Amino acid sequence: MNFDFSDDAKALRDQARRFLDERAGAAVARKAMDGDAPYDAELWTSVVELGWTAARVPEAHGGIGLSAEEACVLAEEVGRSLIPVPFVSTLMATEALLLAGSEAQQARWLPGIADGSVIATIGWAEGDAASPATTRGVRAEGGRLSGTKVPVPDLQGARLAIVSAAGRDGPSLHLVDLEGPGITIEAAPTLDLVRRHGRLTLDGAAAEPLGDAAAFHAWLDRAAVLSAWEAIGTGTVAMEMAVAYAKERVAFGQKIGRYQGVKHKCADMYVKLELARAHAMHGAWAMATDAPELGQAAAAARVAALDALKFAAEENVQLHGGIGFTWESDCQFYYRRNRQIAFALGSRAWWADRLVRTLERRNARAA
Amino acid sequence: MDFNDTPTEAEYRAKVRAWLADAAAKYKDMPDAEGRNAEFVRRSKDWQKTKHDAGYTGITWPKAMGGQGLTPMHSIIFSQEESKTAAPTGLYAIGLGMCIPTVFTHGNPEVIQRFVPKALEGGEIWCQLFSEPAAGSDLAGIRTRAVRDGDDWVINGQKVWTTNAHLCDYGIIVTRTDPSKPKHKGLTMFIVDMHAPGVEARPLKQMSGGADFNEVFFTDVRVPDAWRLGEVGDGWKVALTTLMHERLAVGGKPRHSPDYNTLIDVARQIETEMGPAIEATHVRQKIADVYLADEGIKLTQMRALSALSKGQIPGAEQSISKVVVAKNMQDMAAFALDLSEAAGFMTDGGGSDLERLRASYMWSAGLRIAGGTDEILRNIIAERVLGLPGDLRPDKDTPFNEAKPL
Repeated sequence: MNFDFSDDAKALRDQARRFLDERAGAAVARKAMDGDAPYDAELWTSVVELGWTAARVPEAHGGIGLSAEEACVLAEEVGRSLIPVPFVSTLMATEALLLAGSEAQQARWLPGIADGSVIATIGWAEGDAASPATTRGVRAEGGRLSGTKVPVPDLQGARLAIVSAAGRDGPSLHLVDLEGPGITIEAAPTLDLVRRHGRLTLDGAAAEPLGDAAAFHAWLDRAAVLSAWEAIGTGTVAMEMAVAYAKERVAFGQKIGRYQGVKHKCADMYVKLELARAHAMHGAWAMATDAPELGQAAAAARVAALDALKFAAEENVQLHGGIGFTWESDCQFYYRRNRQIAFALGSRAWWADRLVRTLERRNARAA
Repeated sequence: MDFNDTPTEAEYRAKVRAWLADAAAKYKDMPDAEGRNAEFVRRSKDWQKTKHDAGYTGITWPKAMGGQGLTPMHSIIFSQEESKTAAPTGLYAIGLGMCIPTVFTHGNPEVIQRFVPKALEGGEIWCQLFSEPAAGSDLAGIRTRAVRDGDDWVINGQKVWTTNAHLCDYGIIVTRTDPSKPKHKGLTMFIVDMHAPGVEARPLKQMSGGADFNEVFFTDVRVPDAWRLGEVGDGWKVALTTLMHERLAVGGKPRHSPDYNTLIDVARQIETEMGPAIEATHVRQKIADVYLADEGIKLTQMRALSALSKGQIPGAEQSISKVVVAKNMQDMAAFALDLSEAAGFMTDGGGSDLERLRASYMWSAGLRIAGGTDEILRNIIAERVLGLPGDLRPDKDTPFNEAKPL
């Protein structure tokens, strides 16, 4: 039994942790919140130099060709750090290209992603669309897209957007070069003040089909695994923050961590995060081995991770009491990011239902 | 990352499987021996002896104690394969899992020679006499007294929640030998003969209706000083050895418990005024929640096994499992019984799924308490894993016989 990350993945995690502990964190997130830049360009250069954007890109396209395990550990570390760079968006777009891209499409975009010259993102949301599966605002006609995607994470500064459009059997994936004509990019304010989002208006913009509905759903599963790891990273730091405060804050003559009303909440944070981690490891394994369990594992990973993150982020504010509710406290970053990750690929309820649909299909096949 | 055995593990599993296919075959055609009856005991004894003669008992024990000197993975692999057969298991779990390791860790050479080999081959059955009516989570609060009398000790008091006491030959018992010392300091552990005069085991009827445990009364029961485990006053330290094994033993979901697939099956058969229950949003969300707990625990246990397989010591996985499993069983059973309306409530209603769900609902209430309550387990996670400070214990340093509750 070897249900654990490889030694290579663990070494990458340790290296990433050291870099991010030194260069990122809540103070850097606060600086980004107070500034106007779409992302921290200096940090992005460092991230590219570390080879993170090249990690998943095959060597033939100028990358390192690492496995899904490495992508997962990087997503977790980035989630821990709140680093204000478009890494997760680029990573998810990379997965779409790897999964559905033609040789020419991969050759066109992957080298730029690997060397950091191309920032990429994914846009499925349309403001009032209920789920990733109900795209109707953006339509493809004769190689051109029209409609609006909002909010799109890390849109400002991105060169490539992979957007969903209404197709015959459901949403299909399209590549949009954001430097082309017929494209308007504006800021879209969201609850997350560190990760910037944009409104992408397409008016007959040139687009290349990347994949059909099946590819869209296969990509969603992979993105869900990565987002689960990001959520676990963010949630774990929220828990660590709550635990550190409970060891230091005194009320009624005791450290508040002695009270079971406090310590049991911390224990519950840990239990939820560890359950999520177990599901997310299942997802990492299924993604790395292209296992038939991927749909089930990915949906479970996403739902469990969202539950764990939400609980840790909310109870972290609660355990801090009044100080936790102030603008100066760092609690808000995890609380707000919790909403961003919850939105990013569709809601908890939608993914829970997707999990049950996957189980029903599996049971029907077995019967 | 994979779910496969290492080559060594695979080799051992193949060997065990081949042996079991033959050795356990005879149980396949026998009707189930109900609970703890004489037939169950006879079969269990026979099977333990068979395993012993083939070198499949005491798998992780040192060779000097008659064990095989192998790793926890070997033991787990054997149990996994054994559980796929119809061979009787369970009767020796507490004795060989907890009592005898305590005996060979803390007993004198004569005691080890007298008791360990006989227990390992199944000749004598053991129980653990720890909990008392006034000492559950706070085990160090026990009141059963042992008083020195010549070369013997004389025991008076009551134990409770003792598994299989009526079938057992010997037990390990924690007693208070010095009430003038603080609670953790005045305890001593002994081996006690369950057939000795003054020992009376009575079945304890649970709220679920069954009687899987006993209460045991001790009236002037004599135990030789040679049967003491550890020093006088060291009973707490000795008991911790035993409990360490208990927390490892009570973790996963009980075999054959209803799970998320049961809930799917039940929901598929129910027609509501809004349509099939399986199509209702709240039902589907609940199925997802149950899946997350059921499969999350299985995957968490695989993480613990992976650590063991690499020769590492697992972390808090068993505590996590214990906190999640019982409450999830209770919630899931209540939800499914609710969905089934009257048929879920009536004890002669519905099919076998509902019968299992009703049993699970009743049993899970006990499971949330047995082997560490949900609350104690949360304390353990908060204090040992997260490093939060312990609860205040106002009686900790006071002589036991002077401690007053706040």
